[in-house]
Amino acid sequence: MAGLFLMGTVFLVCFLVGYLLISRVPQLLHTPLMSLTNAISGVVILACLLLFAAEMTTAEKVLGAVAAAFALFNLVGGFVITDRMLRLFRKRPPAETVGLTGRGLVRPDTNEGTRPDRPEKEKDILALP
Amino acid sequence: MSIIVIDVLIIGGLLTGVALFRNTERARLGNSLCAVAVLAAVLVTVKEHSFREPTVLIFVLPIAATLAWYVATSVRMIQIPAMVAFQNGAGGMAAFLVSYAELARNVTLSPMSRSFGILSLVVGAITFSGSMIASGKLANILNQRPARVPRHGAVLGAVVVGTFLLGAGAIVETGPGALYVLASLLVVSLGLGVLLSMPVGGGDMPVWISFLNALSGLACAFCGIMTQNRPLIACGAMVGASGLILTLAMCRAMNRHLWKVLAGSRADRAPEITQAAEPQNHGDKCGPTSAPVEWHVDQPEGRDVLGHAVAAVRDANTIIIIPGYGTALAQAQFELVELASKLEAAGKDVAFAIHPVAGRMPGHMNVVLAEAGVDYAKLLELDPANSALENADLALVVGACDVVNPAAISTEGTPISGMPILLAQNAKQILVCNLDQKPGYSGVENPLYANPRTILLLGDAKSNLRRLLERLA
Repeated sequence: MAGLFLMGTVFLVCFLVGYLLISRVPQLLHTPLMSLTNAISGVVILACLLLFAAEMTTAEKVLGAVAAAFALFNLVGGFVITDRMLRLFRKRPPAETVGLTGRGLVRPDTNEGTRPDRPEKEKDILALP
Repeated sequence: MSIIVIDVLIIGGLLTGVALFRNTERARLGNSLCAVAVLAAVLVTVKEHSFREPTVLIFVLPIAATLAWYVATSVRMIQIPAMVAFQNGAGGMAAFLVSYAELARNVTLSPMSRSFGILSLVVGAITFSGSMIASGKLANILNQRPARVPRHGAVLGAVVVGTFLLGAGAIVETGPGALYVLASLLVVSLGLGVLLSMPVGGGDMPVWISFLNALSGLACAFCGIMTQNRPLIACGAMVGASGLILTLAMCRAMNRHLWKVLAGSRADRAPEITQAAEPQNHGDKCGPTSAPVEWHVDQPEGRDVLGHAVAAVRDANTIIIIPGYGTALAQAQFELVELASKLEAAGKDVAFAIHPVAGRMPGHMNVVLAEAGVDYAKLLELDPANSALENADLALVVGACDVVNPAAISTEGTPISGMPILLAQNAKQILVCNLDQKPGYSGVENPLYANPRTILLLGDAKSNLRRLLERLA
């Protein structure tokens, strides 16, 4: 019973602390939050790995491998997508440096803004009314 | 059971990572911190247990990781809701597969572990099938309108009872029949997920996927209790909390209770949304309904609506842009951002008003606009936006319907009654760039279209905005 009590405590504490922390996340970041929590739920891979710590039939091996694959997909995919989204939320340079049609603003700190084929087009856009 | 100290460090790392998510500038660090904590948990587990025959894993895992990397780096922001729902389902699948394997082979599990394993199986299966249906709807592969089987309520009730009975049976039965009970329980749970997900309409998706997110956390936590793995329990609890917060936030933002969402009470008036496979043709995600639109809008300026619109934009000094999901569908966000930048450079005050349920999932419009290059400081939430709208010269509505629908305030008994809206009508002038005047997901007519201060620039938003840009040059 002590085991259940400890686990119940872990659950409750993490739920409450998580609740308090996450209720401060601004609406702006709700989508990255969802993909982050998706990534975190990929931790179920730990249970998959534990399956492999004992004798297994072929069926179990297949099940375990499939489960692990999905969990890893969640983990890698989730963290990468979240990072991609968060990279979009940066302070942009002022309006004078409007970028190309359909390509958004110039991003000085990534490679996209410094590609050699871009500079000429940027100068055209600066001719604003 | 692994060493408590290491567990505490890992869980602490995760919580800190989540805490950093409150701040936009530090959120990326929080994400990386969580990733590191999870990696640490995996390494600790690998180190602590010797694995027999890991060959299968060594083949499968790198493939899964590469596939995930490829998908994650190529997905577009407009596809994010379907992607997130899919991943949620994948997590649920992993949970129920693991539970099934553990339960099927291990008759020496304690009753407590067994019970939680069964809970994990059931919740994981519901999460999986529910999320897959949701993902299909969000990807516009499945029909958006609420679907039902004949006598849906009765069938659902029967399936729920069946789930309980089989679940109880699975806890008790540890003999040779156990496998059949488990397999039946799995099938029934999967069916339950499908039945729950079918009636949820396109407009209710933000609430539903938030709820599914919470469920996947629960499945995770139950799995953790079954395997007595503390980091797993901690993660499940956190994800559950996050899902719950988002579900409540979405319900509040739409003024709908969760059970109404599950019941799909918008069914009678849900629009028939045809494929958005040709998104360039839709300036607005509004579709046809059973009630024909009868608004007749006066256009006193004659047929030069565009000229009128251009004048309104030119004369306005404070402009609030209200983008809806239709913007993303028409892929008009780039033109919109270009227009905003141009107006700003001309000395006007421009900001974007983002309703909490704009888009298909919480915060969706924010990432769609960020992808198009908007400074996130210009994205206003509901209350600041409404304050700004009181003093605005022009409210530019693009591909949005319900979020600016004054009927939410004036009319009782509709799906959007009482829903907080963006008060576009408070601006001195309103320019609406929607595909047509048909109602949105709620099926409620929008009196904003008939407002004398409204200019209706109907048609494909992308081309309309392009024409505006050309005339303003």
